Order: sequence, then structure tokens, then C-alpha cells
Amino acid sequence: MNIKPGEYFLQGNEACMEAAVLAGAKFFAGYPITPSTEIAEGLASMLPEAGGEFLQMEDEIACISAVIGASWGGAKSITATSGPGLSLMQEAIGYAAMTETPVVIVDVMRGGPSTGQPTRASQGDILATKYGSHGDYQVIAFAPANVQEMFDLTVKAFNYAEKYRVPTFILSDAEIGHMRGLLTVPNEIKIVNRKEKGIRRSDEAYDVPDDLVPPFETFGKGHKATVTGITHTAKARVEPEDPTIHQQLVKRLNDKITNNRRDINKWEVIGPESKTMIVSYGSASFGGREVAAKDDRVGLLRLKSIWPLPVEPIKEVASKCEQLLVCEMNLGQLYWGIKRVALEAGCKRVELLSKIGGDPPSPGEVRHKLREMGAI
Amino acid sequence: MDIFDFYRKDQWPHVFCPGCGNGTVMNCFFRAFDKVGWKLDNTVFVSGIGCSSRIPLYINSDAIHTTHGRAIAFATGIKLSRPELDVVVFTGDGDLGAIGGNHFINGCRRNVDLDVICINNNIYGMTGGQASITTPHEYISTTTPRGNREYPFDLAEIAVAAGANYVARWTTRHVHELTKSIVASLNKKGFNFIEVVSQCPTNFGRRNKMADPSALLEWFKESSVRRDKARAAAVDHVDLNLAGQITTGEFVSRERECYHERTGGSSHGDGH
Repeated sequence: MNIKPGEYFLQGNEACMEAAVLAGAKFFAGYPITPSTEIAEGLASMLPEAGGEFLQMEDEIACISAVIGASWGGAKSITATSGPGLSLMQEAIGYAAMTETPVVIVDVMRGGPSTGQPTRASQGDILATKYGSHGDYQVIAFAPANVQEMFDLTVKAFNYAEKYRVPTFILSDAEIGHMRGLLTVPNEIKIVNRKEKGIRRSDEAYDVPDDLVPPFETFGKGHKATVTGITHTAKARVEPEDPTIHQQLVKRLNDKITNNRRDINKWEVIGPESKTMIVSYGSASFGGREVAAKDDRVGLLRLKSIWPLPVEPIKEVASKCEQLLVCEMNLGQLYWGIKRVALEAGCKRVELLSKIGGDPPSPGEVRHKLREMGAI
Repeated sequence: MDIFDFYRKDQWPHVFCPGCGNGTVMNCFFRAFDKVGWKLDNTVFVSGIGCSSRIPLYINSDAIHTTHGRAIAFATGIKLSRPELDVVVFTGDGDLGAIGGNHFINGCRRNVDLDVICINNNIYGMTGGQASITTPHEYISTTTPRGNREYPFDLAEIAVAAGANYVARWTTRHVHELTKSIVASLNKKGFNFIEVVSQCPTNFGRRNKMADPSALLEWFKESSVRRDKARAAAVDHVDLNLAGQITTGEFVSRERECYHERTGGSSHGDGH
């Protein structure tokens, strides 16, 4: 049953699965892993009631593979995992990018590397999400910071996965996944479905339109679709040796996301005219948010999406402020990307407050760092 | 149906070497497919990586050529999202039994309605002839230059033990028996597994004094023993498979409840 419009008090992971069902998810394959397991447990009972299919598989590689297969069957498909599972899924994530398969992957991040801190929050998977599979490819990744955003951004993740035919991530963490908070389910929710191929002309699906996303060929509709991870022509002919065909294909797969950054990226700014701006996302932004709300000298750019890198809002704040502080719950994974953009935009100083171990940086720790920087 | 309606000519020329057994298996499959009256527009062909995994690309139907070892997992997702479609997996010994071994045994156990055809050529053919999990003991490959120290897997026996609904093994020498088993498999619900021992003259035969494809077929003929007449009990099969004896026949045909019969299995592909 779809959640009805109204106000709720829910856990982050619960908000995510309610949003998935509402967004039209019809297939979930998962493997138990802390701290994302609630999503699998919830969808095990919710999805069949909503006319969908829930499957527990033998490992995360099987999960992402089944999810990609179900997507080609025409079902909006999702899996949920955490760091070790994400590591196992990497080859198939590249496959989904290469075959332009819409899938949603929820990564409730925990401390790594390896088994690390299964029950504690981290933002250690930021680069693994974007660069974990081999080859040049793009993904879309959203970073919710509260229960409401777990809901809103999960709906968006489905919409963008369908629109751009690309693997799309929710990069949550143990903190956001397990926190309880207020959720408002609006009356109207915008749902985007994939552009399906018409069958008037057999090669029509492969004509690349202006937005670089070819129409999707759902299995079992007479398209005779050929799906392959090998370099292929626009008409799905396998051509692993031709340099031009490879260049055209991989360039387009990247361009269809980076050229549409303005459509994809989401963010919020507090105090845009402040002399010092904090750039942060997810639970790492809690401390900075509190500081920025109380101190006019400090503002906050909170990224709600992190891949593709939101170059435009970073440039915007970096060109106006004197110095920038990046707050992350890792040893500086998005820092280098942000620093490059900020320095190019004319910002003089870009510092990093990184905290690992499970707790988000507190307002006190943020203030301490800001004092070191002479900002307050 | 004409055999050329079955093939996707725009993907030709194919990658198979002269003397390869893949064509024989495709031919047997086509005849069985035609006989049971399945329709190409209602069938999805799924494969992983390897020579035999190229087969779906040459069939005039929906085809998905996936990552190495994961074809059964992909096929499971396709079948459960669209139960009204028929889903066939083409795979090889390395794809199915080595990198994909976990999905293979769990696929047999889960018993989703899939037809899996494994073309076992005892070698990694596409990468140039490395030992696989079915290379017989003492045989030569590029990675076992002094003879294979390991013993091979018996894929069909694994499928029986893991719970597949239907299991048969034949060689490319047994085209009639193979075709009949594919007919039986396609007519049957649940996870059905057919292993076809096939020749790779280029990368297996050449290094093992059987460079001529006919020498390999002759070897299959001489070594094949019906499972019920095999020299040793099943417990010894692990050592015997191919090294002197290939057990063939219909290993098991049972009526386990299929995964999506239990869940109801409505189509999820429409109306999103």
C-alpha cells in the first residue's frame, strides 16, 4: 500500500522504502547488511503488497545483477546496501552505466575500510560510488541529511535514473538511516518514467536525441533488444576494436550526465553573503548548519547531490566568500574536487574539517576549526 | 520457422573458431525451440562472458550479454519482473562453475523458471586456453603446462545435489539426445540445467593431441557412458568426469515448486 499524504514520524530507512514504493519501484533484490537491512526487511512485506517482487539473493553481486535484469524487464528496480556490498557491486555498476540501465542503489554508509564500523556512520563511499568501477563513467548520487530528504531524494533518484538511464545512488549513512524524524508526504509527487522506444522503425531507439539519452527497449515487446557491456555501435553491434565507436559511446555516456548537471544537482545555501562558507553534505553538515544559523560571519552550502559534482553552486559561493571550509566524515574525499573548483573561482583558502569514527562533527568542533581559520 | 529467422545476421561474422561446438548446440537448441513452439518475441536470452556467452548476440530476440559469471542472477531478475517471458541462459564452464559458481548452486536451489544451457569445453577458450574448473586431471592448458594438478567439477551432479528441477548431460556428439533433452527442459517449469560437453579444438584439443575437431568428437563417443551404467558410483564421479568417462543422460527430472509459482508471479513490467 502506498503511503498516504500527511505527516509521519519515521526512521530514515523507512522513509526511503516508502518513497521507493511511491515512486513506482516494482523490484528489490537485497542481501542483509548493517546499517541498511531495515530497507530490505520493510520492502519484503511492502513490495509484494504493491504488486512488486522482493528477492533476497546469495550476495550483493547477485542483487545488483538481478536488479539490472529486472530493469530490462521494465520494472523500476532498487537495491540497498552498505560499503562492503557496494564494493562487491562495482563491476555491475559499470555494466549498468555502459548498458544505460536505470537502477537505484541505496548505500547506507558505515565506517570502512573493510568491515570497519558496521553500526557507525561515515561518508567513506563518496569516491567509491563515482570511481569504483573500471573505465570512465558517470553516476548520479544524492546525499540526504534528514528523514524528509531520505523520502524526497529517493523519489528523485528513481526519476533521474529513469530520465538519464543511469545508476543513481542515495548516499545515506547509519546516522540518517536510523534517525527518526518528521516526514511530510505531499499530495502530489512528480514521477518520471523512462522514455520507451516506439516500434515504428527498427533502429529508432538508437537515434541519440539532443539530451543524449536513447529511448529504452523493454524486453518482451518485440524490440529484439541487444544489451551488452562490450563497446557497441548505436545499433547495438558489438565493436570492441574500433577506437572511434568506443570514443563516441563513452563520451556520450559521460556527456549525458555532465551536460545536464544543472538539471540534476540539488543544494541549499544558508547565508550566501558570508565571508566564510562551509561546504558539506549529509550528516557531516549538522554541526556547520547550527553554526551558520547563528553566526552571520559563516554560511553553509549544503549539497543534496554530490555526483555529478555540483560545480555551479560551489563556484557561486566560492567566488563571493573569502575562505571555504569543507566538512566531511571521511579523510577528505570530496575536498579535492571542491577545492579545485573553489580555487579556480577565485576563493583564496579552502580548508578541510574531516572526522571519522562514527560521529558527525559537532558545532563546537566546527567553531574550533573556524577559529583556527580566523573566521570567528 | 526457418533456421535463418532464428539467427541475427546483422551481428555476423561470429567469433567462433572453425570446428567449435557452439554451432552444434545452437542448432540443437533451435530445433528444440521450434518443436516446443516457443516464440522469439516472447523469449529473452541471457549470458555472461566467454565464447558460449556470445550466443545470445546471434539470436534474433531480446538478448542480454552480461558480466562474467552473473547470467543466472540477471536472468532471475528478468524472469521475476516478467514471468510471462521465457528466459534462457547460455553459459560456459568458467562462467557458470568458477566465477559464477555461487549463483549456479543458488539458482538450482531457488528454482526460478529458467533454462540454463552450459557449454562445457573444459577450457577458457576466449582468453586463449587456460585451465578451467572442468579441465580433466593431468590435461594440458596454458596455465597447467605440466598437466592439471586439480580435479574437475562435475557440473551436472552439482545441479542435481543443489536442487535443479531437471538435469541432463550430453556431448556435441549426441545431437539427437541433446535436442530431446532441450525439448524436455523447455517444456518443464523450474530451474532446468543442461550441460553439453563440447569441443574446443583451438585451445583444448590442440594442446592435448586432439587438434582435429573430429578427434575430440571421437573421444566424446568413446568416453560417454550412460549415468545408470557408469562404472563407478556417483561418489567417484568427481575424478572420473572426462578423464576416461563422461556420464551422460537425463540425470533428474522432478517437480519441485518453482519460486514464482509460490509468490503468485504477476508481471511488473507494465504500467510504471
